[in-house]
Amino acid sequence: MIRFDNVSKTYPKQNRPALDNVSLEIEKGEFVFLVGSSGSGKSTFLRLILREERPSTGEVHVLGKDLAKLSNWKVPHMRRQLGTVFQDFRLLPNKTVGQNVAFALEVIGKPRGTIKKVVPEVLELVGLAGKQDRMPGELSGGEQQRVAIARAFVNRPMLLIADEPTGNLDPQNSVGIMKLLDRINRTGTTVLMATHDQAIVDQMRKRVIELDQGHLVRDQSRGVYGYQH
Amino acid sequence: MRAQFVMAEIWIGLRRNLTMTIAVIVSVALSLSLVGAAMLLNSQVNQMKGYWGDKVEVSIYFCNKTDQKNTNDTPNCASGEATQAQIDAVHGQLDKNPLVQKVYTETPAQAVVNFKKQFPDSPLAPYVTPDSFNNSLRVKLTNPSLYQEVASQVEGQPGVAKVDDQSAVLKPLFNLMNTAQWVALAIMVIMFGVTLLLIVNTVRVSAFSRKRETGIMRLVGASNFYVQMPFIAEAAFAAVVGAVLASGMIAVGKFVLIDMVLRKQITLISFIGWGPVIQVMPLLVVIGVGMSSLAAVLTLQKYLKV
Repeated sequence: MIRFDNVSKTYPKQNRPALDNVSLEIEKGEFVFLVGSSGSGKSTFLRLILREERPSTGEVHVLGKDLAKLSNWKVPHMRRQLGTVFQDFRLLPNKTVGQNVAFALEVIGKPRGTIKKVVPEVLELVGLAGKQDRMPGELSGGEQQRVAIARAFVNRPMLLIADEPTGNLDPQNSVGIMKLLDRINRTGTTVLMATHDQAIVDQMRKRVIELDQGHLVRDQSRGVYGYQH
Repeated sequence: MRAQFVMAEIWIGLRRNLTMTIAVIVSVALSLSLVGAAMLLNSQVNQMKGYWGDKVEVSIYFCNKTDQKNTNDTPNCASGEATQAQIDAVHGQLDKNPLVQKVYTETPAQAVVNFKKQFPDSPLAPYVTPDSFNNSLRVKLTNPSLYQEVASQVEGQPGVAKVDDQSAVLKPLFNLMNTAQWVALAIMVIMFGVTLLLIVNTVRVSAFSRKRETGIMRLVGASNFYVQMPFIAEAAFAAVVGAVLASGMIAVGKFVLIDMVLRKQITLISFIGWGPVIQVMPLLVVIGVGMSSLAAVLTLQKYLKV
């Protein structure tokens, strides 16, 4: 699903690489936490997968494709097979919940009939049945993140990338979001989630990848947030 | 491609950016009307030059039947219409003159054809006959400023009614029109520059104000074309409106300046009709849309990275 081969990334005008010689593989259907303090390289790691950045050295393979060999105009097609969720939800405030989800389908040219059918389905899946016509501003943070997840998942992507999806939520809402991501994972979608939330990582007992100053310092199946001594 | 969805996005963009859109439309309209004015000036100059306009410097008219009765104007024609032998004699002299580059002959019949071509709207057109014209020789000189030497050689020869320095009559007028054309072109270049800057800025502001939308579009895998199209279409739309306004301004300008004023005051000059004006209009649309779309595309390369 995702393979990093000796990947390093150094941004221009910076001495220390953001990622330093990272190699790892994530299999289909896995649920993986990406942990590490701010500046550890988590964001760079995710941006490389989304091909918003290119590695300085090394190879990144996503969905079986070498991203270095992917031409620019094919990148949008690659991204259609990935779902992305962010800490700040990134919803369009002037569109309804349903329109926000439909937007993701409209801009890739899906027919109207399909959109009408799948949008209510995916909203029901994330637990927002009947809230299709509400505006994002009328929803709680947890509900807004569910809309974002619905939008990311409406295309049934192979891989869901979540960058601190619970970062803006209280513990109760966070648990709801984690249950939802777990449910999505059980449908066969690979989930890669960057997080600072220690309680969640400890509770879920999934694979944990830890980065520190650009180095891969831990890759542990059924791990917890901190080191276990 | 969902046309309705795209149109809705374009409409939102135009409305959200209304003041800038108006500025672009006005600016495009002004620069395109200058383009149109320069083009029409050019066709006016060509029309005035007529058939012989820039080909010859000296015209030698021979006596015709009517000149005999009118000896005040043409004292040299008392003996009647110039004979072919007289014409050939003058032609032969000119051919030997080193100052002469080329000699064209125009018979009265050809003169009728040329007149009708140059003044199709003239009320006289149906009445002109070959009798109204003279046999003439049109002479191109190697050095136009030495006109006087050639003129004095043939003036007063038997059968020669009149010798005209064509350039003396038309040159100042052409100079004036050429200057006007260059001034229009210069202002046009400046206006084009201003318009381009304005379009670049408008597209940039528009792209910035919709950063959230375009960010999400990229995230869910919308193609570049889909992401950029609304911005380009906005610029193109403004250009079309600007071009239509410019066409209107040119049409009004032509009507007021040429039809209402100049045509009544200056009857000697053949002015352009609606033909060239209508030909210019689609060109303005093409230039406007091409220019603004190109500006939009280049701006987006910089401000809307994938």
